[in-house]
Amino acid sequence: MSKVDNENLYRMRAFKNKLAMVLSCGATLFGLLWLVWILITTIVNGFQALNLRLFTDMTPPPGAEGGLANAFYGSFLMSGLGLLIGTPIGLMAGIWLAEFARHSKLGNAVRFINDILLSAPSIVLGLFVYTAVILPISAVTDHRVGFSALAGALALALLVIPVVVRTTDEMLQLQPATMREAALALGVPQWKLTLQIVLRAARAGVVTGILLALARITGETAPLLFTAFGNQFWSGDILKPIASIPVVIFQYAMSPFDDWHSLAWAGALIMTLFVLVLSLSSRLILLRNKAS
Amino acid sequence: MNNLSLADEKTKIQVRNLDFYYNGHQSLKNINMTIPEKRITAIIGPSGCGKSTMLRVFNRIYSMYPKLEAKGEVLLNGENILAPGYSMNRLRSHVGMVFQKPVPFPMTIKDNISYAVKHHERLNRREMEERVEEALRGAALWDEVKDKLDKNAQGLSGGQQQRLCIARTIALRPQVLLLDEPTSALDPISTGRIEQLITELKEQFTVVIVTHNMQQAARCSDYTAFMFLGELIEHGDTDTIFTKPTKTQTEDYITGRFG
Amino acid sequence: MTENTQYMSAVIPDVESESEKRAARDHRHDAWFRRIMFGAALLVLLLLASIAGSTLWGGALAFKTFGFEFLTSTEWDAVNGHFGALVPIYGTLVTSFLALLIAVPVSFGIAIFLTEVAPPWLRTPIASAVELLAGIPSIIYGMWGLFVFGPFMAAYLAPWINDNLGALPLIGQVFQGPPLGIGMLTAGIVLAIMIIPFITSVMTEVFRTVPVALKESAYALGGTTWEVVWDIVLPYTRTAVVGGVFLGLGRALGETMAVTFVLGNAHNFSPSLMMPSSSIASVIANEFSEAYTDLHRSSLIALGFLLFVVTFIVLAIARLMLSRLSRKEGV
Repeated sequence: MSKVDNENLYRMRAFKNKLAMVLSCGATLFGLLWLVWILITTIVNGFQALNLRLFTDMTPPPGAEGGLANAFYGSFLMSGLGLLIGTPIGLMAGIWLAEFARHSKLGNAVRFINDILLSAPSIVLGLFVYTAVILPISAVTDHRVGFSALAGALALALLVIPVVVRTTDEMLQLQPATMREAALALGVPQWKLTLQIVLRAARAGVVTGILLALARITGETAPLLFTAFGNQFWSGDILKPIASIPVVIFQYAMSPFDDWHSLAWAGALIMTLFVLVLSLSSRLILLRNKAS
Repeated sequence: MNNLSLADEKTKIQVRNLDFYYNGHQSLKNINMTIPEKRITAIIGPSGCGKSTMLRVFNRIYSMYPKLEAKGEVLLNGENILAPGYSMNRLRSHVGMVFQKPVPFPMTIKDNISYAVKHHERLNRREMEERVEEALRGAALWDEVKDKLDKNAQGLSGGQQQRLCIARTIALRPQVLLLDEPTSALDPISTGRIEQLITELKEQFTVVIVTHNMQQAARCSDYTAFMFLGELIEHGDTDTIFTKPTKTQTEDYITGRFG
Repeated sequence: MTENTQYMSAVIPDVESESEKRAARDHRHDAWFRRIMFGAALLVLLLLASIAGSTLWGGALAFKTFGFEFLTSTEWDAVNGHFGALVPIYGTLVTSFLALLIAVPVSFGIAIFLTEVAPPWLRTPIASAVELLAGIPSIIYGMWGLFVFGPFMAAYLAPWINDNLGALPLIGQVFQGPPLGIGMLTAGIVLAIMIIPFITSVMTEVFRTVPVALKESAYALGGTTWEVVWDIVLPYTRTAVVGGVFLGLGRALGETMAVTFVLGNAHNFSPSLMMPSSSIASVIANEFSEAYTDLHRSSLIALGFLLFVVTFIVLAIARLMLSRLSRKEGV
């Protein structure tokens, strides 16, 4: 090959490389552009509608002034219940996977199914709670109990479980085998050492998993649409329909009313901020744990 | 360490025709061994010779893994610990084990020591405090941590953590102490301190130590067993093993002809 | 050798039986512990089966009434009780594939940027920004799409597309339509933005599994960054990258809120991307609480069952492809 050919070859390769670099930078800028646009929109629109009445007044009919107090409470109640129901189940399944089924076929099957549930469409989970919980209970109680906060919490719990299973499984597996062996060698039974030693050693990671699950269910709308349904008024009764922030946002944003729109933006901003705070907290917990 | 002879010693553990299988593959072949009471016995040999496996038979820690199986007899105080009726709980309170990598429990120093004791015995607060102090003194750690018993054990240095693990084990007042390469993860100074501790420990416990460091075995132990490819090749007092071994394999290993 | 099997036991018989009792109790507790933990794990399996089963049962009425026609009919008449799933299925597939078309190259570019191009001090902030994007609830994307991007589309992009691309022969009708701002194209774009961070993080993780030694030897031979990516990183991670794409597809198919706001709720079939349509998730979200006939509700649940089956298959394929990578690593 002549010298000129070699130079042309180098030039071609250098050009391809430059092009690829430019495109990848472009892609990153492209992605960041949307992030900035969406965040700014949310902050600007939401900020305009922020005031204390959001937390003191109930959701109003169109044209009236109001707040989102009952929706905040509903979300708080259902998220809390959802975590309360889903976390123990997720922890236990995760413990089984990490301590008893690390390499077994059944264990791998459960992990496989769990990963699918993790990404499954949340609206289908809502349908499941509707057909499997609301319909039967409604029939049994003579239609007195239909949509309810409890059903909404159940749907959220179904979203919590796969997240907690996966993080618990991973975090427990990270603990050194010697810790278990040392405890066994001291005559400590497996149930005790798993709960009091291994789980405790992994607690930072496990807590992070729970926070992630909470962040996830905070923004979920679809599963609540036909389980908790919605409620214009304040309700603390878990057997009755209840309002929630995502559902209110959905309803208000799709409506033709401007004041409902601004309430929706306010709710959206607060929800986004909450989720960001949760993500940051879990990051901090993991960092602090690594440092110690 | 002079004038020692296995024949004159009281037997603590007797191994009779022991075979050990891992997933069908035989890793220990027809082991016959006597561990003398209140002496330090070192088990040495190249990697894969089965010394760690042998150690793990003494407290049956292998039974938490499904593919491992032992056949034969291992008599502790005359009772066969491999018999199906022998209680693991009792075995583990008689035989303690310290592992290569020190793993303190995620608790305070005091809780680390008292954790297992609480499971086996009912002691009131004062008795427990005394037991914790006894264990920490026995592990030569008391002076260094007596002011910070309520601090997290993970803040200790590597050597201190290993002594904590030893304290944790002797808090149960076992009869036998199994040490699996206890200093291989530590720096030379910590190693020296623990080796000294080991020589003190034999006053109260029967010690079996597995080590790949021949000099350590020569320094610390009264008796040495040399294993190779799953078989016990030679077993006798340390001085004789290291100066006048009878088997060629022993001699080859000791002179470094293979590692 | 003196066989000394007689040993003075300093232990009192009482203590021995106490220890026996404790051992038996520990053994019992351990057995129960294992059973309960296993029960929770079984629940996970049961959950999946129940979801499939209940949606099938709920949609049975619709399947029985319409039969195979359910999948091919574009009718959606709540008053007269005729329901066909073709429009929602079409809308779901089109918006998802459109989203993938946009998101995959962009995610790929960002992943390369994060793993090979960016200087180390820039990597963490950008990666965090991507994670931030992934954490934003999808309803925010929907709102932004409805109030900001939709009008933007209607004012600037839609007319341009209609006038220029709509005039093309053959494929022109895909781009013809009034500047509504909502429709399959808008929904596809919003969906793309939503799944970009997700696919990016999977791809970045996958690219990071390439052994540094492998890349270093390629660089040492004089390879450019692009050549190392194309010739070393991609072939090594090929299966997992496809798995990541499938994972993104699975998410896109099931997404409700990002799409519902900007897709419209039209039940007319239209080949044009500029026209409103509906997706399975958006139809269920929009109509379920107002469906007052059993057949209407059953049709919606039947749609949910179809969505579940399709996403299950896509996600299962994704998982299989991604797990091969971890096996390669020797995990």
